[in-house]
Amino acid sequence: MEKAIKRYAPIFVLPTFLAFTIGFIVPFFQGLYLSFCQFTTAKNAKFIGFDNYIRVFQDETFLDSFGFTVMFAIVSILSINIIAFALAMILTRDNLKGTNVFRTVFFMPNLIGGIVLGYIWQILLNCVLSIVGEPLLALNSTAGYWGMIILMCWQQIGYMMIIYIAGIQNVPEALVEAAAIDGATSWQTLTKVKLPMVMPSITICVFLTLTNSFKLFDQNLALTAGEPRHATEMLALNIYNTFYARAGAQWKGLGQAKAVVFCILVIVISLIQFRATHSKEVQQ
Amino acid sequence: MTASRKRFVNSIFTVVLGVLSVAYIYPVFMILINSLKQENSITTNGAFTLPTAETFAGVTNYVSAIEAQGFLRSLGYSLFITISSVAAILLFCSMSAWYLARVKSIFSTAMYYLCVFSMVVPFQMVMYTLASTADTLKLNTPWNIWIIYLGFGAGLAVFMITGFMKSVPLEIEEAAMIDGCNPIRTFFSIVMPMLKPTLVSVGILEAMWVWNDYLLPTLVLDIKKYKTIPMLIQYFRGSYGRVEMGPMMACIMLTIIPIIIVYLAGQKHIIKGVAAGAVKG
Repeated sequence: MEKAIKRYAPIFVLPTFLAFTIGFIVPFFQGLYLSFCQFTTAKNAKFIGFDNYIRVFQDETFLDSFGFTVMFAIVSILSINIIAFALAMILTRDNLKGTNVFRTVFFMPNLIGGIVLGYIWQILLNCVLSIVGEPLLALNSTAGYWGMIILMCWQQIGYMMIIYIAGIQNVPEALVEAAAIDGATSWQTLTKVKLPMVMPSITICVFLTLTNSFKLFDQNLALTAGEPRHATEMLALNIYNTFYARAGAQWKGLGQAKAVVFCILVIVISLIQFRATHSKEVQQ
Repeated sequence: MTASRKRFVNSIFTVVLGVLSVAYIYPVFMILINSLKQENSITTNGAFTLPTAETFAGVTNYVSAIEAQGFLRSLGYSLFITISSVAAILLFCSMSAWYLARVKSIFSTAMYYLCVFSMVVPFQMVMYTLASTADTLKLNTPWNIWIIYLGFGAGLAVFMITGFMKSVPLEIEEAAMIDGCNPIRTFFSIVMPMLKPTLVSVGILEAMWVWNDYLLPTLVLDIKKYKTIPMLIQYFRGSYGRVEMGPMMACIMLTIIPIIIVYLAGQKHIIKGVAAGAVKG
């Protein structure tokens, strides 16, 4: 059978393979190469070695946005996952009324795109800020930071909650009953039985929130656009601005080198996280 | 815990969640009330006040959003791009996923791992080179941008469908082949129907991504000629001069309403699809 399928390889694999080559493989390797070049378009690239990378680590805006992204990621990962897990625990209780309605409502913001979400929250937060007499988002980096946290929570809690609900529902009833018969308190049942059993869901949710926070772009652009003075600029937006907000031969190469550093960073962090939480999973 | 105490705790939770749900919907409701106000009564600190008899604008904002700002054209582009991209992803990626799962070779393994790798790589890594590649190959119109989406969305789709394929029994396909089906017929009449649950998940996830995607179409398409909905909204905010707030808010509502209708209609599939996709992923 394998041989028969193999003869049809052009039909089965070629379309995806071609598109994947155009959409990912070529841009990826070309991007890798261009990070060692000075260029204004992909055609006039001049090889200059590691100069761009040296400049990446001298670029203060990049280091600042790295710090901002890390601070943002830590707080948003913790708050999203804790709240989503708590909601999932409540929504899986027996005989709770309106479970479906709540689930539907909490998931809804997820379907609205980042640009629209950012705009909605900009209007809402600016209104709150002007009522309490604080500077508006464009001049207020603290509000910008917490605004992005709130926005991310609003958008992602529902999604993670759905994954946690599926995980909790997969915990075998017999295990929970056995724990109850052995005299476990509900706190012990949660930490000693349920949490280890839903560890695969936790791995996935932390992975998703981690990569989403690090790669965040649309929401950042729409809510604060990095204002005031790049103080709320995250890595993805910083790279975008390096590419497109400035004219001059030195910027695009720098932007591409930043992108490579960013890419390596995201891969390394995801690998570490995956190893760390994956090792805590138990076999059923 | 006694039954009556449990009922009491449950009703407390219902109230708390009810309040939270209202807070959850409020931001969208706020846009709705502002989209019904007259232009000069939309102010920064008055976003929470309801429109009064004097400030109520009816549907004028909606009319001008549709007429003046080219909303319908953008809606058309967004719809076409989303449908064509998702259809291409589902068809071609399920075909390749079957091949990759059934044929063991260096090529299969390499392509599978490249797909997994592409899911982690941030878009900024490839954005400049992708835009210039798309320009060179003339893939910069709404009619063929699906090729780019197929390439960039292939990672997730191939990964999820190949994962599901492992649980599909080989014997059924073998029986079909022995009965004289060629691989193409085997795939379309035997394998693809069995893939339905995972195709629904993949389709929903990819549709959510393509529909809301802002950066890729901005970089690839010519913004003067073609604007998808996210591009339209960002364009009117970012353009110099005074932003007309009323039509803007109407535009946002017109974007959200179809999403909510689709969501409420297919709610069960969407939520199940997301959960299944995550467990597989």
